[in-house]
Amino acid sequence: MDNNYNRRSFIKVTALSGGGMLLGFNWFVNRTQRQINAAGTPADSDWTEFNGYISISSDNVIRIMAPNPEFGQNVKTSLPMIVAEELDADWGTVVVEQASFDTSLYVRQFAGGSQSVRTTWKPLRNAGASARHLLRQAAANAWNVPFDEVSTNSGKLIHEKSGKSASYGEFATAAASLTVPKDVSLKSPADFRIIRQSQKNVDGHKIVTGKPMFGMDYTEPGMLIAMIEHPPAFGLKLKSWDGSRARRMPGIKDVFTISVFPEGYERESFDTRTFNELVVVVGNTTWEVMNARKKLQVEWEPITEKKETVNAFGNKREETIPAGLESSERHLEIMQEMAGKPARQLRKDGDPEKAFAEAARILERTYTAPFLAHNTMEPMNCFARVTDTEALFVAPLQAPEFAERSLSKRLGIPVDKIDIRMTRMGGGFGRRAYGHYLIEAALISQKAKSAVKLVYSREDDMTYGIYRPAYTATYRAALDANNNLTAFHVKGGGFPEHPVAANRFPAGAVDNYLAEGWEMPSNITIGAFRAPRSNFIACAEQSFLDELAELMGKDPIDLRLELLQRAKDRPVGTSNDYDADRYAGVLKLVREKSGWGNSTANGLHRGVAAYFCHNSYAAHVIDMRMRDGQPYVEQVFSAVDCGIVVNPDAASNMVEGAVVDGIGNALYGELRIKDGAPQQRNFNTYKMIRMHEVPKKVEAHFVRNDIDPTGLGEPPFPPVFGAVANALYKTTGKRFYKQPFSAGFET
Amino acid sequence: MAKFNLKVNGESRQVDVDPSTPVLWVLREHLNLTGTKYGCGVASCGACTIHLEGMPVRSCQLPVSSVKQQEITTIEGLSASGDHPVQEAWIEHDVAQCGYCQAGQIMSAAALLKNNPNPSEEDIEAFMTGNICRCGTYLRIKQAIVAASQK
Repeated sequence: MDNNYNRRSFIKVTALSGGGMLLGFNWFVNRTQRQINAAGTPADSDWTEFNGYISISSDNVIRIMAPNPEFGQNVKTSLPMIVAEELDADWGTVVVEQASFDTSLYVRQFAGGSQSVRTTWKPLRNAGASARHLLRQAAANAWNVPFDEVSTNSGKLIHEKSGKSASYGEFATAAASLTVPKDVSLKSPADFRIIRQSQKNVDGHKIVTGKPMFGMDYTEPGMLIAMIEHPPAFGLKLKSWDGSRARRMPGIKDVFTISVFPEGYERESFDTRTFNELVVVVGNTTWEVMNARKKLQVEWEPITEKKETVNAFGNKREETIPAGLESSERHLEIMQEMAGKPARQLRKDGDPEKAFAEAARILERTYTAPFLAHNTMEPMNCFARVTDTEALFVAPLQAPEFAERSLSKRLGIPVDKIDIRMTRMGGGFGRRAYGHYLIEAALISQKAKSAVKLVYSREDDMTYGIYRPAYTATYRAALDANNNLTAFHVKGGGFPEHPVAANRFPAGAVDNYLAEGWEMPSNITIGAFRAPRSNFIACAEQSFLDELAELMGKDPIDLRLELLQRAKDRPVGTSNDYDADRYAGVLKLVREKSGWGNSTANGLHRGVAAYFCHNSYAAHVIDMRMRDGQPYVEQVFSAVDCGIVVNPDAASNMVEGAVVDGIGNALYGELRIKDGAPQQRNFNTYKMIRMHEVPKKVEAHFVRNDIDPTGLGEPPFPPVFGAVANALYKTTGKRFYKQPFSAGFET
Repeated sequence: MAKFNLKVNGESRQVDVDPSTPVLWVLREHLNLTGTKYGCGVASCGACTIHLEGMPVRSCQLPVSSVKQQEITTIEGLSASGDHPVQEAWIEHDVAQCGYCQAGQIMSAAALLKNNPNPSEEDIEAFMTGNICRCGTYLRIKQAIVAASQK
C-alpha cells in the first residue's frame, strides 16, 4: 500500500497540550458546522493531534485540515470528506481548517491541473484509516478485547459482544500514544458513507454572512496599503518617474520603485514576469493610494529584445522576449501566414502526405481565438511582513510551493524563515499560480519597512495579465472515394506557445496522422488558464469533427464513436493518451440523457462536443435557439467521467460553472491588444457572461464507476466551446471559426 | 478629511475620511466590514452592492459625503445570524464556488425580493444582470432566489 505520509515520517502522534494548535491563527479556523458553532468549540488544550490532518478533542469534535488551496473547486469540503470517510467519523462533528503551507506535513499543496483530489486521495485516506486503527487499538486495550472485535460506526467505538461503546474523543489521548500501524486497510467504495453523499460547502455560512476570508479582507494593525503603477502597454518599460506630487497627497507614506526579478535572476517556470520595473505608492488606505497614483509623473520607453533562461523544473530553456508594440490584428495576419507554412512535427503516423495526395475529398478549416484575461473577481493582492531575515505572507495563491522557492531565491531568505498562509481565493483559473505579486509585496514591505497589503485595482489586474495565449489551428482531413477517413492533420500555433496535444484523440484512430506546432515569440505574458491549451484546441478539433461528420453524411456522435472503436480495437501508435472506452462512455451517456436523435422542441438546435484532458472525460449537448435576434443557449446536457465523485452536488456545481464559463468565453471572451496596450481595462469593456445570458438548465450526469478520482475542475470546460460552435451552426446555418463568436453575429 | 456620522447596520458610526471616499472603502478599511467586496470600482460587477434605505446601490460609486442620514445595510447586517431567507436559500442550494461575488449577489437578491416578492424568471434576470459571477453559479443563484421568494 502506498503509505505515503508514513514513509515521509510525518505522522506525528502527540497529545498536544497548552495551546498546541496547528495554527495559532484563528483567522483561518473554520468552525463549519452550525451546531458546533452554537455549542462552542473546546479549548485548544483538549485537542489530541493524530497526524497533519486530524485532531480530536476530548468532547469528540474532530478537526480535519484541508491541505490544498481553495478557489471555488470546493476542496476545503471534499478533501476533509475523504479523511472523515476512512476515519469513519460523524461528518456532523467535523470542523475543517485551512492548513498552512507545510511540506513536512502535506503532499502537493497546489490548486491546479484538476489534481487536488487525485493526488491527495491516497494520503488522505491513509491518514483517516491510520487514526481509526489507533482508536480501535486503544479501545481494545482498555476493554481488554481482541482488536478485530472493535468496530466503528460514525465516530463511535463499539464492542458488540460486551455491549461496550465509546466516542472517539474518549480514547483520543490513549490512541495517540500508540505506535502508528505500517499498513492499514482502506474501505471498499461500496462501503462509502460520506464520499458520494452531497455535503454542503463547509464555508457556506461564512460566505453568505460576509465573514472575512479572502486575501483582500486580511488586515493587521499598522498595515499599509500599496499599489503599483505598471507600463500601459506590453513592450514598454519605465524610463523615468517623479513621485513628489504623489508623495504630498494625503495619507501617502512613500513612493519608490522595485525590480521584480533583477538581471541575473534565473527564472523558474512560474516566475512569469510581465513588467519588471514598477513604481510603488504606499499609504494608509486604498482610496488615498488610488488618488495619489493619479499624481504620479511617469515616462515609459520601448524595451529592447531580450533572451532569458527559464529553469522549468530542472530543464533549462531559452526564451526570447521580442521588442515592439504588438497588436491582435497583426497576430491574426501572422497566424494566416503561418497556416500555409510547415511547422515543427509533433507526431506522425503512416504516410499522411500520400494519403492527402490520393484523397477523393479534403476538408480544411482554420480556427482562431484571442488572448483571454482570467478576471478573477478578487483582484491580485498579498499581505507581506518581510524583513531581511524572515517573511510572512497571507495571500490567495494556487502554488505556495513554487512561490516559496522563488521568494527564497529572490529575497535570499531560507525557506524555513518563510511562512505562507493561504486564504480562500476569490477565483484563480490559473492566474494565481504565478507568484509575482508575492515577490512584489515582499520587496515593498522591505523597502517601506512595514507590513503592507499590495492591492491591484481591477484595471491593474486586467492589464497586467498572464493571459490565455492567442491561438490558431488548421485541421485537414482526407476522405477516400468510399468515404473513409484516411488521413488527419492538425497544425496549431500561437503567441507564444502552440495548443496541440499530439497524442490526443483522434490520434490513434486514423492510419495517417500528422500533428505540427509553431510558436511565435511575444512580449505579452501568458500562462495557465483553466484547462491550458485544451480550452482552445478542443473547440477547434470538435468543430472540425462536426463539419467532417456532416461532409461524410454521418451523425456527429456516431462518427466519434466509430473512431473511438477503431482506436480501441486497432490503435495506431502506442502513446495515445486517452482511454477510448471512457471517452466513448461520456458520449453514450450524453446521447442517452439528452435524447439525442429525437426531435427537439420547436426552435431548438443541438450541438455536441466531447473532450479528454486532465485525466477526465466530458461531453456536452447544447440546445440553442434564436432569442431577440441573437443565438441563445437554452439548455445543456453534460456527461462526465472523473472516476469516483466525492461530493456529487458540489461536482454538479463545478460542471454547471464550467458550462457557463465556457459559453461566456466562447461567445464574448476577448482581451484585444493594440499598440501593445490591452483594449479592455475593466468589466465595462471586457464582456463577461451575465445572468440573462445563462442557460435555463444545465443537467450534469456522471459515469458511475469505482475508478480513483481523476479530476473535475478543468475537464468539463474545453468541450463547451465546441458544443457552442456546433450548436451555432445548426441555429444560424453559419460555421463559426473565430472566437469570440459573438463578433460574428448578425446584428 | 471630514467627520461623517453614518448609520450602518442599525448602529451609529463616525468616520474621519476624505469626503470623496466611496462607501465601499469606508466600510472595508475604516469600519472593518469586509463582507462588501471590491470588484471593479466602476459599478460594473455588483460585488460591492449594499442597501441604502433598502435600495440596492453600488458602494464603489457612492461618495461617503452623499450618504447623510440614510441607513446603510451591508451583508453583515442583512440578518442577525445569517438567517435571512435569501441567505438560507443560498446555503440550501449550495450556491457558492469561490464565494467572492456572493455577498453582492445576496444583497441584490434581497433588495429584489423586498420590492417584488414573487419575481418572474425575467424579473430575476433583469434585476440581477449587474452582478457578475466569474465562477458561473448563476443557475443556482436564480434557483435560490426562486426558493427564497416562496418562503
